[in-house]
Amino acid sequence: MTTLEIFDKLKEKFGDAVLSIITDKPVDHFINIAPDKTDEICLLLRDQEEFQFDSLSCLSGVDNNDGTLTSVYHLYSFNKNHKVVLKVTVNKDAPDVKSVANIWLTANWHERESYDLIGINYLDHPDLRRMLLPDDWEGHPLRKDYEVPEFYNGMRVPY
Amino acid sequence: MGLLSKYDNPFENSNIIITSVDNLLNWARLSSIWQLGFGLACCAIEMMATSASHYDFDRFGVIPRNTPRQSDVIIISGTVTLKMATRIKKLYEQMAEPKYIISMGSCSNCGGPYWEHGYHVLKGIDRVIPVDVYVPGCPPRPEALLEGLMKLQEKVRHQSIAKKTNGVPAKV
Repeated sequence: MTTLEIFDKLKEKFGDAVLSIITDKPVDHFINIAPDKTDEICLLLRDQEEFQFDSLSCLSGVDNNDGTLTSVYHLYSFNKNHKVVLKVTVNKDAPDVKSVANIWLTANWHERESYDLIGINYLDHPDLRRMLLPDDWEGHPLRKDYEVPEFYNGMRVPY
Repeated sequence: MGLLSKYDNPFENSNIIITSVDNLLNWARLSSIWQLGFGLACCAIEMMATSASHYDFDRFGVIPRNTPRQSDVIIISGTVTLKMATRIKKLYEQMAEPKYIISMGSCSNCGGPYWEHGYHVLKGIDRVIPVDVYVPGCPPRPEALLEGLMKLQEKVRHQSIAKKTNGVPAKV
């Protein structure tokens, strides 16, 4: 099933929560969805017979350098052998996205990494805390406007 | 030779050695420097290669111990992140005197290839603990690490247990 067919099927089910499909970029076609309905759409994609996306290949966070953050989901179906890319875009000052950790268990750590480095806040995540950086680190380093701190716990950080 | 030989070489053919306590103690210490097995990143692979049969650490008396309380040297091999640096300081404080640090590789000497953009890399382990020997390389070859160890042995050879008169306490 191609991304366009999946987009049409989701559009007739969810209406305004499925925002758009982008096909003109030189990458995989992707579907933009709204941040508050992410978990419902993903539950349908996992459970419905014609989709059967039982595997979340990758979940990443992106800083788009224009005041918005994006959470990207790569889904794959083993039975049907098709894949789709979903993107959820939020503003930097209210970066709330519904978590899919209850749908695909691998999203637990992927969302923790995305929260740690980009700062997207996943709602209803069972255990959202920093994973790679120390627990008392301030800031989200992979944002474009991040500045390296001068000292951390008495150690000088820059060269 | 002759009548006076027992005065010239009184201990020839016998099993008595005369030396100083410093020499004996230093010889014992440098021949059995036990290391805390502490490999962090790629340099750890080279440290393992040095411990393996081709370049063999064990013939220098270096065996890996699992706890800092029983080791003489930590070979800091690999990139030191800020998260790990606090733990390394704790391990260093748990070692008993006399203790030594060998900083192996570029990352623990000065931050290595992450010096410019590494926001979580400690630029050199000497920002938290005092280093005795720096071994350059990325990663250093096993021969380079062995030379670093031999330099440490030289340092140990010239220690003294006597207190120095200029007020500097000796390493006991």
